[in-house]
Amino acid sequence: MSDVMFVQILDLVCGGLLLSGVLMLWRRELAAIVRLLVVQGVLLAALAVLLGVREHSVELYLVAVGVLVLKAVVLPGVLHRVLRDSGDVREAEPLVNVTSSLLAAALLTLVAYAVSRPLVALAPSATTRALPVGLAVVFLGFFVLVTRRHALSQVVGFLLLDNGIAATAFLATSGVPLVVELGGSLDLLLLVLVLQVLAARMRLTFGRTDMDELSELRD
Amino acid sequence: MTAIGGLGTAVLLAPLVAPLLAGGAAALLGWRRAVAWSAVAASAVILASGVLAAVATADGSVLVAGDLLRADALTAVMLLVIGAVAVIATWSSVGYIDQELAAGHTDARGAGRYGLLVPMFLAAMVLAVLAGNLGVLWASIEATTIVTAFLVGHRGGRKAVEATWKYVIICSVGIALAYLGTVLVYFASQHSGMGSEGSLDWTVLLEHADRLDPGVMRVAFALLVLGFGTKAGLVPMHSWLPDAHSQAPAPVSALMSGVLLSVAVYALLRYRVIAVAALDPGFVRGLLLVAALTSLALAASMLIAQRDYKRLLAYSSIEHMGLVVLGAAVGTRLAVAALLLHILGHGLAKSVLFCGSGQILALEGTTQISGVRGLLARRPVLAGTFALGLAALLGLPPFSLFVSELALARAAADAGLGWAVAVALVLLLVVFVAIASHGAGMLFGRPPALAASPSAAPPPATAPLPTAAAVSAVLTMTPVRPQTMQPVRSAGGVAPLVTGLAVLAALGVVAWPLDQLLRAAALIAGTP
Repeated sequence: MSDVMFVQILDLVCGGLLLSGVLMLWRRELAAIVRLLVVQGVLLAALAVLLGVREHSVELYLVAVGVLVLKAVVLPGVLHRVLRDSGDVREAEPLVNVTSSLLAAALLTLVAYAVSRPLVALAPSATTRALPVGLAVVFLGFFVLVTRRHALSQVVGFLLLDNGIAATAFLATSGVPLVVELGGSLDLLLLVLVLQVLAARMRLTFGRTDMDELSELRD
Repeated sequence: MTAIGGLGTAVLLAPLVAPLLAGGAAALLGWRRAVAWSAVAASAVILASGVLAAVATADGSVLVAGDLLRADALTAVMLLVIGAVAVIATWSSVGYIDQELAAGHTDARGAGRYGLLVPMFLAAMVLAVLAGNLGVLWASIEATTIVTAFLVGHRGGRKAVEATWKYVIICSVGIALAYLGTVLVYFASQHSGMGSEGSLDWTVLLEHADRLDPGVMRVAFALLVLGFGTKAGLVPMHSWLPDAHSQAPAPVSALMSGVLLSVAVYALLRYRVIAVAALDPGFVRGLLLVAALTSLALAASMLIAQRDYKRLLAYSSIEHMGLVVLGAAVGTRLAVAALLLHILGHGLAKSVLFCGSGQILALEGTTQISGVRGLLARRPVLAGTFALGLAALLGLPPFSLFVSELALARAAADAGLGWAVAVALVLLLVVFVAIASHGAGMLFGRPPALAASPSAAPPPATAPLPTAAAVSAVLTMTPVRPQTMQPVRSAGGVAPLVTGLAVLAALGVVAWPLDQLLRAAALIAGTP
């Protein structure tokens, strides 16, 4: 693959990652948000393949397959089940409206570029120059976590954050050592399963899966 | 190192395998006496491995097993802490679960899950301190969140679900930030000239620490403090802690407070050494100082008006982690030795207090401080251990927290941080008054009028016990022996607590068994 083509595809994939994150702020329909998460999982796998081609690394191809299965199939599948069981269709009342959310997204992306300047400066290359995109997705995940009230949206926010970190890891270091990657993926899978069970318990005890119900414990 | 290679492997593998076996036994057999005691045995194995590791590493040598497991003096101290707290907590669990079964708060399935998850929790913490690779350290701390999630919500009900959800979400986000920090450290190591591969191996990183890029390390260390600080209960990511600690079963609270928080601090200690070598030490010290002092201040302010004694203990954990991180901010060898002794003392005192608070809850049926009055007159043994535990926690002699707090203050003053000591001492005074007055109310106070506990939870002790026990025994097919029931079992329930207090006092009077080990650990984690 020629350098120019590599950079073009890389920018395309990273642009897609950022765009799918921003669209999650735009959509209210929970099913659509989960579909965006699938798109993002596929793009992450594509990023791993792209870096694998560049570095002739079989390990990265394997990681790409793992990412695809975990982030584009298994985790969205779990979320779909939660969604089906809960019967909720839309995020009821986010704390921040769509327009302000999109403005915040723009602002957070700028912050991501500012924060990652020392990282890019250490090893300037096409991949590290795309690194702020990963951080921007991390910030977007944070934003979703803080502003959305539905249990599922909070899980989505966490997964968005995790996708951002995974993207940053690929862009900065072409992935972490395999043992860490495996441990991290296993932890992530178990965590989402734990959250699924918790969401079910929440529905059982509160009748809703809404964060507003969680207000009994305080000082 | 080569001479003790075989023994080294055994010492490193045993504390991992033993809890896994105990957990496996619980998964296969469900909750029974033998299973409960096997968890105690597994904790004893961890403690024994800690002692062996301490003997082997006190001279500065390192035990290694394979590529991933290693133990130096710092690891040995942490193994001792985990083992000691785990023995008290699992020992108390035997009576605790019997009591929960008898009172109908849990069923055979719940008890079996408890029997499985507690040893897994121990194994995850042991792996965290044995890991030579900082990535594995991260993954095992993350794993503790997963295994403790269902322990926090073990009692069920609205509050348990709420506490668990907050715990899992906040800690996962925090630990995800620590992962990002870990990735950035790896990124810096790839570009430090140690070869293009880079490394997350602690020893390799430390060797090349002065060549890590300061710009990247600054971002990375800030993320690591925020991330592991979440798990350690430091401000501003502490908000899960009082909820989770107050809802979890008493022995689990003991483990979370006594060990889990310290394991997160241990991760920070490992990274601190690297960061100090890579960055200007002022940045590292400033960051840790802010975290430490704000945590102390928050804890002090929340303790004053606290109405719930389990939350009181939880905020006191934030306070003590603040002190420990203050020691890390100072970072000299004396400070590190002192903070490690403090971690051990806090772990023992807190496990005694949390396990004791579980028995008070079972007795009184409320977690409200105002609902517990005149305990000393009614239950002198339990109240006495609780009182001594509070005294230990408040840093009174002869307990070891007195020694460690004194040493921390001296180390900070030596390092030119006298103002920080002054601030901390004022805050500690507030904490002292708050805890002492709440504690005095619970212990002395006027005994409540007959059955004056109009709380939501019915006092289980007053239930017709023989019937309840028989019913639960039939329903759950669990053998409940008469001597495990409420009126008689308090003596057995207090035994682990008294043991913990005795060790705590002994450590305060004669620290010599730990002296050399703490010195060796301070050489590893401290800077001259």
